[in-house]
Amino acid sequence: MDKTVNHKAWFLVLPVFLIVAFSAVLPLMTVVNYSIQDTFGNNQFFWNGVGWFKELLDPTTDLGERFFASLWRNLFFSAIILAIEVPLGIVVALSMPREGWRVAACLVIMALPLLIPWNVVGTIWQIFGRPDIGLMGYTLNSIGLDYNYVSNEFDAWATIIVMDVWHWTSLVALLCYAGLKSIPDAYYQAAQIDGASRWAVFTAIQLPKMNRVLLIAVLLRFMDSFMIYTEPFVVTGGGPGNSTTFISIELVKIALGQFDLGKAAALSLVYNLIILIVCWVFYTVMTNAGAERAPEKGVA
Amino acid sequence: MHSIPGRRIILSLFLIFLLLPIYWLVNMSFKTNTEIVTTMTLWPHEPTLANYIHIFTDESWYSGYINSLKYVVINTVLSISFALPAAYAFSRYRFLGDKHLFFWLLSNRMAPPAVFALPFFNLYSALNLFDTPWAVALAHCLFNVPLAVWILEGFVSSVPREIDETAFLDGYSFPRFFVKILVPLIASGIGVAAFFCFMFSWVELLLARTLTSVNAKPIAATMTRTVSAAGVDWGLLAAAGVLTIIPGALVIWFVRNYIARGFALGRV
Amino acid sequence: MARIDLVDLAHSYRGNFAAPESFALKPVTMTWRQGGAYALLGPSGCGKTTLLNLISGIVTPSRGKILFDGVDITPLSTQKRNLAQVFEFPVIYDTMTVGQNLAFPLKNRGVPKAEIDARVAEIARLLDLAPWLNRKATRLTADAKQKISLGRGLVRSDVAAVLFDEPLTVIDPELKWQLRSKLKALHRDLDLTMIYVTHDQTEALTFADTVVVMHDGRVVQSGTPAELFEKPAHTFVGYFIGSPGMNIVPAEVRGREARIDGHTIRLDRNYDGLPPGARIEIGVRPEFVDVEAPGSGLLSATIERIDDLGRVRFARVRIGDAKFAARVPPGFSLDGNEAGLRFDSSRVHVYADSLLVEGK
Repeated sequence: MDKTVNHKAWFLVLPVFLIVAFSAVLPLMTVVNYSIQDTFGNNQFFWNGVGWFKELLDPTTDLGERFFASLWRNLFFSAIILAIEVPLGIVVALSMPREGWRVAACLVIMALPLLIPWNVVGTIWQIFGRPDIGLMGYTLNSIGLDYNYVSNEFDAWATIIVMDVWHWTSLVALLCYAGLKSIPDAYYQAAQIDGASRWAVFTAIQLPKMNRVLLIAVLLRFMDSFMIYTEPFVVTGGGPGNSTTFISIELVKIALGQFDLGKAAALSLVYNLIILIVCWVFYTVMTNAGAERAPEKGVA
Repeated sequence: MHSIPGRRIILSLFLIFLLLPIYWLVNMSFKTNTEIVTTMTLWPHEPTLANYIHIFTDESWYSGYINSLKYVVINTVLSISFALPAAYAFSRYRFLGDKHLFFWLLSNRMAPPAVFALPFFNLYSALNLFDTPWAVALAHCLFNVPLAVWILEGFVSSVPREIDETAFLDGYSFPRFFVKILVPLIASGIGVAAFFCFMFSWVELLLARTLTSVNAKPIAATMTRTVSAAGVDWGLLAAAGVLTIIPGALVIWFVRNYIARGFALGRV
Repeated sequence: MARIDLVDLAHSYRGNFAAPESFALKPVTMTWRQGGAYALLGPSGCGKTTLLNLISGIVTPSRGKILFDGVDITPLSTQKRNLAQVFEFPVIYDTMTVGQNLAFPLKNRGVPKAEIDARVAEIARLLDLAPWLNRKATRLTADAKQKISLGRGLVRSDVAAVLFDEPLTVIDPELKWQLRSKLKALHRDLDLTMIYVTHDQTEALTFADTVVVMHDGRVVQSGTPAELFEKPAHTFVGYFIGSPGMNIVPAEVRGREARIDGHTIRLDRNYDGLPPGARIEIGVRPEFVDVEAPGSGLLSATIERIDDLGRVRFARVRIGDAKFAARVPPGFSLDGNEAGLRFDSSRVHVYADSLLVEGK
């Protein structure tokens, strides 16, 4: 469908533009303002130029070290949960029943974790994993595993990853399920007639038809895991040590804990920039994928 | 043909995995603290409603629910009503900077709340909105408005353009066309968008907690009160947790038939 | 390649014990020979797609059997039936090139690579797809995609039959015509049994050597296009095929005479012994009724209007209450609107309760 050019359409977009600009641009400007200043408290600021940024990007300083440590930690975390949630989500979507009340039941149960406030998600797993009162912690310990997410780094990581898988795999699965539902029956019939194996049906039909929703799923999961804050904060508080301190946790610690506004602002901007770049890459890939689908003229 | 071998087992295991932690929370909410701490029981042996009674009789507890619902509802209404005309514009017209604007909007959906926590605190304090539901509702617009625009754009695009043209030929003014024709046509899309706005506003806590202190404190933040010098009141914490799951569960139940369509965001 | 026998085949979507009248396909027994080109023709909801799905195995029949070369294949899955099918909308494997799409059915069956290449090249040549073999199939136009679907259907030389389910619906009219003649040529070259489902009589009549006309879940006639035109076995076939359709009017038939509204039409054959109580009608195609100036021995009729279809003209006339279409001979013109009709008596058929009655 060709859209008509109409610059008056801006009037329709204006309210959205204003409200989002009010929420995004104004605060960002304050952040930029802070990021180039220093303060000794009592509301007196003086010019600091790119000093904070230099410190932030220099791993030998305390700030830089903390930033890079939390960045790598966060990327590692995102990579792991993507590697688990995307395949698992696809498998679950493929396992969904075809029709009847079971579909509705599955959808409702699967959507449930998505609508639980994030700190309650943390609370649920905090309780569930405790060796003294939690079913999981108790069971693991009673079968001889020395499991304790408060004192053991590996256990803390495992708990947070399992929690994230519990919390978000449904999103991937629901997106994939929606993608699968949109495949016309004729494709399956054709594949059957063409003698395609189950695996060939998956790679030749289902996966390509899901690629768009999968892209959205990967994008959302990457972004949300990259800014994860509440759930690990409730469960481990970033510990033991700093082993589960992700970027957002570090940021809030610096900003609201130490009230180190300049450092926090510089970190915010770099953080935001990384997200913007990743977002842009995805957006471009997605728009190109859409363009590829349109038929070329003159080929028949 | 959609299915794979062993699908029942896979699906059952997954659903059990999802339900088990929730069950444990519910289980604990019906126990006394003595039972929780001293024994490991798979179901409450001395079931009690004391934890729930405590919450419903203590104003500082139940007002948390009311506060949460207030800003969630305000945010959902705001997001949808702002997003509708914009979604129409993005779906039907090309205009100066449309693609960049769309990308910029979407990028805000991805912005980390932690970055905005402090500036929002300053901004809404300056506007005298601190500790009101409006502050949280407006702050959540940052990610919910772009999301609503995105979802609604998909649904508006699925309405054939001929319908607009016919309506205008029939002498409908733009606002009348919008309210009388377009909105009813994409009612399910609006429902889906509202569901997502509700969901993300309900589950987000970092901003909600930063922008409130006493009067507008959300329920999920109230839960920290269970920690006291005497240790954690586990039963009360669990009961409060269970109560925060219920609104979400209700919303899901109402939209269960649209979930699949909703997650396709009207545009697969 | 196979002969297909349908033995007392019937299907109901409401289960095996539904009332016989509600069956989507009422019991049918017929034989389709190897290498034939068949068309299943009828309006939507007549059961033609059900019949096709029964043959391809997508739907399991409520009763009856399907035999390929005498072997009962009813319990076999679609895959094992060794068929090819082309659907209404092009089915393309998005990630593959045109060539890979064409090779897919062969690859799945473990055909040696050299043979695959040869066969794909041949089909691509026949369908004029050769220049695009290495292109991504997603980026082609709808009719090119449908050609690929056709190609995938034709690429296996050992298929029992190739089924087409309204394959030209999404194709532009001019390309439709091209693709149809292409199909016809392919049928001659490849010696495959082809079954073509359509609601478009032109498609059916130009493609098939045998057209199976279906109506309300029933096969009402199966015959060559000429047979369907000249001797419709059911009034529905008369209506549905031909443009304008056959004239069907209630009449009283006795011996060699039919009476309509007090007028008498002579018949070639004797129709004594028609079933008593049956609804009797006569049917005659407009092409076999000529409009002339009123005269003796002609049926007098009132002309309501004349349609000029380019090659021929048809007059809409009225005999008493009965409406009729009749051919207007070239160069004929008329004063006023009273005319006489001359019937080709060998082409007038008699129907009892919609079914053709053979005279003696």
